[in-house]
Amino acid sequence: MHRTGELYGHFETLEQQRESASLGMWIFLITEVMFFGGIFLAYTVNRHANPVAFAMGSNTLDLKLGAFNTGVLLASSFTMAMAVWAGHTGKQKLITLFLILTLLLGGIFLGVKTVEYAAKFEHHLVPGSSFHIPAEDVSAAAAKADPDFAAHAQLFFSLYFGMTGLHALHMVVGAGLLIWLIRQSMQGRFTAKYNTPVEMVGLYWHFVDIVWIYLFPLLYLIDRRHK
Amino acid sequence: MSATESRPAEQFPEKHYLNADYGIRSWLLTTDHKRIALLYLVSVTFFFFIGGIFAGMIRLHLLTPKGALVSPEVYNRLFTMHGVAMIFFFLIPAIPAVLGNFFMPLMIGAKDLAFPKINLLSWYLYMIGGGLALFSFMSGGLDTGWTFYTPLSSVYSNSAVAPAVLGIFINGFSSILTGLNFLVTVHTMRAPGMTWFRLPMFVWANYATSIIMILGTPVVATTLALAGMERLFHLGFFNPQLGGDPVLFQHLFWFYSHPAVYIMILPAMGVISEIIPTFSRKPLFGYKVMAAASLAIAVIGFLVWAHHMFVAGQSTYAALAFSFLTMLVAVPSAIKTFNWTATMYRGSISFETPMIYAFGFLGLFLVGGLTGLFLGTLGVDIHVHDTYFIVAHFHYIMVGGAVMGYMGGLHYWWPKISGRMYPDTLARFSAVVLFIGFNLTFFPQFLMGYAGMPRRYHSYPPEFQVLNILSTAGATVLAVGYILPIIYLLWSLRYGPVAGRNPWPSTGLEWQTDSPPPTENFHVTPTVTWEAYDFENRPDLGLDKPLKTDDSGRGHD
Repeated sequence: MHRTGELYGHFETLEQQRESASLGMWIFLITEVMFFGGIFLAYTVNRHANPVAFAMGSNTLDLKLGAFNTGVLLASSFTMAMAVWAGHTGKQKLITLFLILTLLLGGIFLGVKTVEYAAKFEHHLVPGSSFHIPAEDVSAAAAKADPDFAAHAQLFFSLYFGMTGLHALHMVVGAGLLIWLIRQSMQGRFTAKYNTPVEMVGLYWHFVDIVWIYLFPLLYLIDRRHK
Repeated sequence: MSATESRPAEQFPEKHYLNADYGIRSWLLTTDHKRIALLYLVSVTFFFFIGGIFAGMIRLHLLTPKGALVSPEVYNRLFTMHGVAMIFFFLIPAIPAVLGNFFMPLMIGAKDLAFPKINLLSWYLYMIGGGLALFSFMSGGLDTGWTFYTPLSSVYSNSAVAPAVLGIFINGFSSILTGLNFLVTVHTMRAPGMTWFRLPMFVWANYATSIIMILGTPVVATTLALAGMERLFHLGFFNPQLGGDPVLFQHLFWFYSHPAVYIMILPAMGVISEIIPTFSRKPLFGYKVMAAASLAIAVIGFLVWAHHMFVAGQSTYAALAFSFLTMLVAVPSAIKTFNWTATMYRGSISFETPMIYAFGFLGLFLVGGLTGLFLGTLGVDIHVHDTYFIVAHFHYIMVGGAVMGYMGGLHYWWPKISGRMYPDTLARFSAVVLFIGFNLTFFPQFLMGYAGMPRRYHSYPPEFQVLNILSTAGATVLAVGYILPIIYLLWSLRYGPVAGRNPWPSTGLEWQTDSPPPTENFHVTPTVTWEAYDFENRPDLGLDKPLKTDDSGRGHD
């Protein structure tokens, strides 16, 4: 597979190559929707079946950190969109700048996530042999409504770690892609004529953001008690 | 092959994709879709024989009512490993990744798939997945059934479940990337003049298959990942003791694994749609309806999954809806079967090897499809659920349908792949052996299943012994039908007569280039000016009496 400039030999034109990459990325995102769809379904079914335990689980999550992270990701989507715009208009320095900003915001998100995970470890809310629910959370009413309260609470945290972990893994992959883009961008590879990689990584980054937009209300906001 | 003899003999091309480069690196790092297809050919054949050995041991064991060969525990592992090897590592990749990979770009006039490197990555993912499955087989095996039902797979099984689940998870991404590659290729890589309704039916079939691959496979990946985490970290997604729901696993599993049956059968239908017009010298009857039927099967196939769970405790109303939808998915399959027979009606039929496989496909798929309707009927399903009736049914679809299609396609395109002909008489004989051996193996299983013999049992009441002996005898005949082609196809690589560009002859674009094709597929990018399967306006094919179809399906001289 030989390459002339930016054009791979099995394509006839750059336009055909760009169209293929774009369609391929969209199809990949469809597979990602289905991939997350399975675990979202598992969450929805179990939340519906065990409302009491899942409400308790939601209330242990830190609303302020979750909301902050939502803001961080939305801001990173904005900077990513700006990087794509800079690509289209051929402003090479701005591409690099906005990509670095996006990477920084992604890093902040993952850092906050680590703080949240650490708190769960401290409070013995990680599923496994040391899983333990504080006595004040298992009120008499809760125990009456759900005899398997502890098991169902553990199920909530299994799904919490499963869903946010999978999302964080996608963020890490996205960060890797950003680093790769930044290196190429600093060498001036992206121009107004050729910026497909920036656009494709942009699509991926927005998708990962949208997953969080669904995760945040599903995990943090439903059945929230005001304190 | 009168058509071949009437035309001037052709020379074997000097430069082609097989001798373009030498050495192990030129194969393992190739991005040529034709070479990757051959890598797949070798690896799926390997897994076919692994699965076949397990099948042979199962049949040997069932020769006597108490079981002749292995302990009950080992028997559980044998049928599980047979299913895992055959379904995930042979049937699902076989036609798309071997024949589809090789011929989709050739059939649409492209130089390669849209993403050649991703194509190679697919093969490596397949090999890693397959390697993990083999590791599981060798470290004690697997006894959960290929369905991995929880909580057996996630809690109670004492076998090597984790590596097999990881292997199937990784292999799923191979399938997803193949589907993605095919979809983009059909959209963006078609040669000038190759409009959507000029695409050969094999391309339509693989397009429909790819839709299932990209929508279904991610779901089974999530499901198996959850079951795997449940096993490794003692979580409880599907374990009732920990608050989970095992029926949820079954829903998620079958959401992929029922459409997966269409991943196996749709490409085989595509192959049959190529073979039948070629050897009837007549256009495919109802081209647009055939294309639409492929897509309809892909779509409706997603709405029938819970017919695997009629006795799993789902609501009666859900069962009624799924029973109805199961009847519905039979409609496009029936349309296809009628259109194939209508294509042959008053055609100029000849009985070359691929056509014999196509006839075999028609007969076996018909039986498999119709018994599927029995099983989709709620009352009948309760009687025959988990008996040998269902084992016979899905083998008629998956072996009788998909493998017959695969063998037919391999024989149809072998002259293009290798540039040489195989011995036709021996090949026809082998196809007939396969048909007889298949029926002898699996028809008795309908009878024993209807009489009540359960599947997956290592022993059975003595009154079933005669039927079991028939089935085992059939399996040996079947084995001959699979081993013979390996021998004569390998023989033909060196000693077979030169095939020439278009030996049958056939209308598709893939037959316009050299056999074997050059690395870039066509010396000059072709421009398509003819409709699919149009024998009438193709003097270059050298046919004496080209036939065309009118609306009644009749051929005209």
